[in-house]
Amino acid sequence: MTGGMRIGADVGGTFTDVVVEVGGRMFSTKVLTTYDAPEQGILDGVAEVVSESGTDLADLDTFIHGTTVAANAIIARTGAHTAFVTTAGFRDTIEMRTESRFEQYDLNLVLPTPLIERRHRHVLAERLAADGSVLRSFDEDEAGALADHLADQAYEAIAIGFIHAYRNGDHERQFRRILRQRMPDVSISISSEVSPQIREFERFNTVCANAYIQPLMASYLRHLEQRLHDAGATCPVFLIHSGGGLMSVDSAARFPVRLVESGPAGGAIFAADIAARHDLDAVLSYDMGGTTAKICLISDHTPRTAKTFEVARTHRFTKGSGMPISIPVIEMIEIGAGGGSIATVDVLDQIRVGPQSAGSEPGPAAYQLGGTAPTVTDANLVLGRLSADTFGATGIELSDDAAVTALADGVGAMLGINAEAAAIGVTEVVDENMANAARVHAVENGMDVSRFTMIAFGGGAPLHASRLCDKLHIDELLVPPGAGVGSAIGFLRTPFAYEALRSHYSVMHDFDHHQANRILAELADEAYSFVLEALAGRRPTNHAGEQAGGQADDTEARPIVERWAFMRYAGQGWEIPVRLDDAPFDNVGHELLANRFSKAYEEFFGRAIEGLAIEAVNWAVRVSTPRPAVQLVARVEATRDADRSRTRHIHDTTTGTTVEAAVVQRDSLEAGDRVAGPAAIVEPQTTTWLTSSHQAVMQSDGCLLVTRLATDLSAGAGEAGG
Amino acid sequence: MNDLRHQVIWNRLISIVEEQALTLVRTAFSTSVREAGDLSAGVFDVQGRMIAQAITGTPGHVNTMAAAVGNFIEDIGPHRIYEGDAYITNDPWKGTGHLHDFTVVTPVFRKGILIGYFACTAHVVDVGGRGFGPDAGEVYEEGLFVPIMKFIERGVLNRDLINIVHHNVRESGQVVGDLHSLAACNETGMRRLLSTLDEFDLDDLEEVATFVFDRTRRATLERLRALPCGTYTNEMRVDGYNDTITLAVTLTVTGSGAHADFTGTSPTCGHGVNVPLGYAHAYMTYALLVALAPEMPSNHASLAPFTVSAPEGCILNARHPDPVSVRHVIGHFVTDLCLGAIAEALPGIVPAEGAGALWNFHVSARPTDPAAGLPHHEILMFNSGGTGARPALDGLNATAFPSGVRTMSTEATEQVGPIVIWRKELRPDSGGAGRLRGGLGQVIELSPTEGYEFNFSCMFDRVANPARGRHGGADGTAGGVRLDDGTPFDAKGRQLVPEGRHLILELPGGGGFGDPAERDPVAVERDLEQGYVS
Repeated sequence: MTGGMRIGADVGGTFTDVVVEVGGRMFSTKVLTTYDAPEQGILDGVAEVVSESGTDLADLDTFIHGTTVAANAIIARTGAHTAFVTTAGFRDTIEMRTESRFEQYDLNLVLPTPLIERRHRHVLAERLAADGSVLRSFDEDEAGALADHLADQAYEAIAIGFIHAYRNGDHERQFRRILRQRMPDVSISISSEVSPQIREFERFNTVCANAYIQPLMASYLRHLEQRLHDAGATCPVFLIHSGGGLMSVDSAARFPVRLVESGPAGGAIFAADIAARHDLDAVLSYDMGGTTAKICLISDHTPRTAKTFEVARTHRFTKGSGMPISIPVIEMIEIGAGGGSIATVDVLDQIRVGPQSAGSEPGPAAYQLGGTAPTVTDANLVLGRLSADTFGATGIELSDDAAVTALADGVGAMLGINAEAAAIGVTEVVDENMANAARVHAVENGMDVSRFTMIAFGGGAPLHASRLCDKLHIDELLVPPGAGVGSAIGFLRTPFAYEALRSHYSVMHDFDHHQANRILAELADEAYSFVLEALAGRRPTNHAGEQAGGQADDTEARPIVERWAFMRYAGQGWEIPVRLDDAPFDNVGHELLANRFSKAYEEFFGRAIEGLAIEAVNWAVRVSTPRPAVQLVARVEATRDADRSRTRHIHDTTTGTTVEAAVVQRDSLEAGDRVAGPAAIVEPQTTTWLTSSHQAVMQSDGCLLVTRLATDLSAGAGEAGG
Repeated sequence: MNDLRHQVIWNRLISIVEEQALTLVRTAFSTSVREAGDLSAGVFDVQGRMIAQAITGTPGHVNTMAAAVGNFIEDIGPHRIYEGDAYITNDPWKGTGHLHDFTVVTPVFRKGILIGYFACTAHVVDVGGRGFGPDAGEVYEEGLFVPIMKFIERGVLNRDLINIVHHNVRESGQVVGDLHSLAACNETGMRRLLSTLDEFDLDDLEEVATFVFDRTRRATLERLRALPCGTYTNEMRVDGYNDTITLAVTLTVTGSGAHADFTGTSPTCGHGVNVPLGYAHAYMTYALLVALAPEMPSNHASLAPFTVSAPEGCILNARHPDPVSVRHVIGHFVTDLCLGAIAEALPGIVPAEGAGALWNFHVSARPTDPAAGLPHHEILMFNSGGTGARPALDGLNATAFPSGVRTMSTEATEQVGPIVIWRKELRPDSGGAGRLRGGLGQVIELSPTEGYEFNFSCMFDRVANPARGRHGGADGTAGGVRLDDGTPFDAKGRQLVPEGRHLILELPGGGGFGDPAERDPVAVERDLEQGYVS
């Protein structure tokens, strides 16, 4: 392998993960995130991996960065002094939201504060119709007067969002031009560029968020580039965006709202890459950390994407309690279920887990850092799945006694059960929460997870994955190596990609194929320009090796273009994506589209409906560099059983008994080694727990392949199948 | 350990009904379902007792659907319930209060034995008759009435019913599509339930239902104890169709429940604002649960302690053939009515009165020149005024309460038909003053596009009777309806918005809470700065 040197850096809420890949080898580190200057943590981490790998930063070919800095600025409201200018009559759209309460039974509900408060929201008398024609023309004089006023107010950023601007951006551009003349240095975002999607609440919010974080993100990214340069790197910096592609620093600085889900996107790509290596076409990626679990569906090695998502949920991860952002995004559900999630007993004498989390401060009771509430980690310790002997985090001494006390006092006492029974309850409930969320998410996408393979990563996931598989009737699970820094590794596997998306109504019985072709061509141009801009910044010396970690590949010159229509029956409110051919539409294009839609609808809902009008609402084009050809990993069958001489007592929920489980060091396993459950396979950052009904076989790429033993679930003897 | 197993299965049942509801949202045609969340879904035991219900947008469906399944079992007849069946009705008195709501019930069999039911309800686009609005004099004019009957028998669809629906409603394709969606979402629930029973090796739902009901009953009654036993009363005035209506309640609280008697409430009127008792029951139950036991899951046992009665012929106990099409207008006030009764007994919990009823409207857009060949369009929109100030928080601006539905996007609405919404923003100064301020209403201004005029169906309240403040808080500002040339509009009934005119709706604000003089100066300052108060 002769691949160039690449670094991925993921700035998360607690840790900054840095991974360097060079010549097919990988070195990684985790350092604490430095909130005041996130680039400092990155540079510290980079120095560490560079020195560990014995390389030189001057040899670095690519630096790929993902960050929660954008999301945090929105959550913590640390963005710029921003004004929002909209169509007269719609000043309060971002405050009125959906006019509903996200929690039905809470008299003291507090709705999220709008990103831009009312006094900073201004209006202009202009109005477009739904078809983009002008109902009320743009008044240059009024616009000039408003621009003067805004200039006086010393705003650092201005967002412009007019009604129906997704259809016609003329008025937005006119006002931007007028503003530019008066305030050349202020950053200006317009909704027809940031998010040309129908639905004013979502689009206005998105353009406001973009403007709000733009000054901060632009300066942060420039600063990071400079610091890396000062440290000796000469390579370009790329950002991973929420849709799971790379973009240039320039693009990111213009559209920073695209970075909001940057880190989690890396996790999904990490899983997608493993799916490709193992040739798995239906995968559920499951990432569980300290506070939350994230689940993403991956079909044909591609994470599912959505057109909109919610950031900064204010209330127990409840849908509707955050801010909608409508940009292409890798679709993930996030559940308040992590190692630090706190267990309580509710008024119905039921055990509840999360969404409150003890986080890393004060942490689970077992950490003895001041936390006394029982957490999922405490339950895992009491049940023996975790052990003080093999727990890898430095500086933390796990205390069994503290965990027992917390569970007995915080759960057991209310229910009249002991700490062990309480721990069983806590783990069952948290597993059930995750399983239910996964199932509902799959239903939302017209899928049945039981035929999926699960890929589990993040510190907590391998502890819970085998039980989760039982609950979801999933037969196959992969636990990849390096799972603790999965997102950062995912960055290194990310293609250059950009998705351009726009709303445009089109009814099939009145289909204008010239117009549809024109829109798709424009979207393709837009997406191409982002990808080409990023590609142009790469180091010319290393074109071939960059993507593949050594795979020379001339297909990079021909980016992949995917074209989509989002369609529904007229009258419905939810569109399903329909993949289009590469060829432009001809005069029977509508028939082809209608057929495609009917087929897709049938796949989702079992049955198409005859005789109803069909319409397309949104159009999208994604341009990406081809995924590097992956080295397929051939399945390795079990050739020998691993040494089971080391054991400890672990409670097995599948059988309801405490069993003598093997304890195996992950790094002692070679390809073909088999570990039958019950067993704990331990490594510094996590533990893979196998119930009595599971076995694991080490694969040639370091993944553990976990499958169900042939025996009946309920049989469950300690040495089942062994 | 057994408790834990039961808890897990209970949670699973809740997840199953969420999936059931989600399937309906994804496939439904009606704007009210897909945009606004006006639907419900639940699983029932073999006796027709609700075990779990999806959390959706509308408390109005909570009790009504819970009671509906019993009606289905009785009317179909236990001996005529077969595997592969599905039943249907839009009977306002046996379903959820008006003809626009269709309920479908599907029996679940396991190994040939009936073990329970799935039910779901959705508001369809049209049921024929006069269309959605309060103008009918009898339910016969409000549209097609489908009594409880078989929609599917042993897997065979009732094509006669489909045919009748097809010939009696506008937008028949969408309505029939919705009926299929209802049946399909029950099937989704059923499949998941059967695989869950396999997983937990259970033959039926009885053991789980007993556990769910025991736990819930105990906890609900415990919560109810916060309200001292005794009798509480309240009266409230609202606009009604022509004459002001008095709503009255006497709430009797005992150790085993709370009973609301609506004696003293005005009689029914000759227009479709009358409320079937089941619907009033739903909003009474919601009032007590939201105040006392907000975390309680909705099932047979959490609803059972709450009962209602009302004299026949009172507007909260409409009888067939009273018109009931827009029963939500008066029905939504039942929550504020009941909350008002217990406000003194529960200090620090109950808010001031709010705008209450949603300001929904229905537009029939028609071309001004019939010869122009332009199509007709039906447009439905949900909008909300302000909620009442809370004991420790201001009211919510332009937010639905007690209903939980969402509004529709202006841009999406303008794609549906020839309407322009010129203005939809907060209405300054409309929240009642107080130590805590009432939520602001909103102003909506709309017009037909060129070449069209509107038959505009109004169903607006709190125009003559504003939301009252509490504990010295001022009343919210009343609503208003007029054309831009000053022509006044009636708050109820169908009227013409001619081409070229704009209709202006001023939605009411919520009442204030506490003495305005005690308002935090910082909050006063902020209200002025943001323009909530001028």
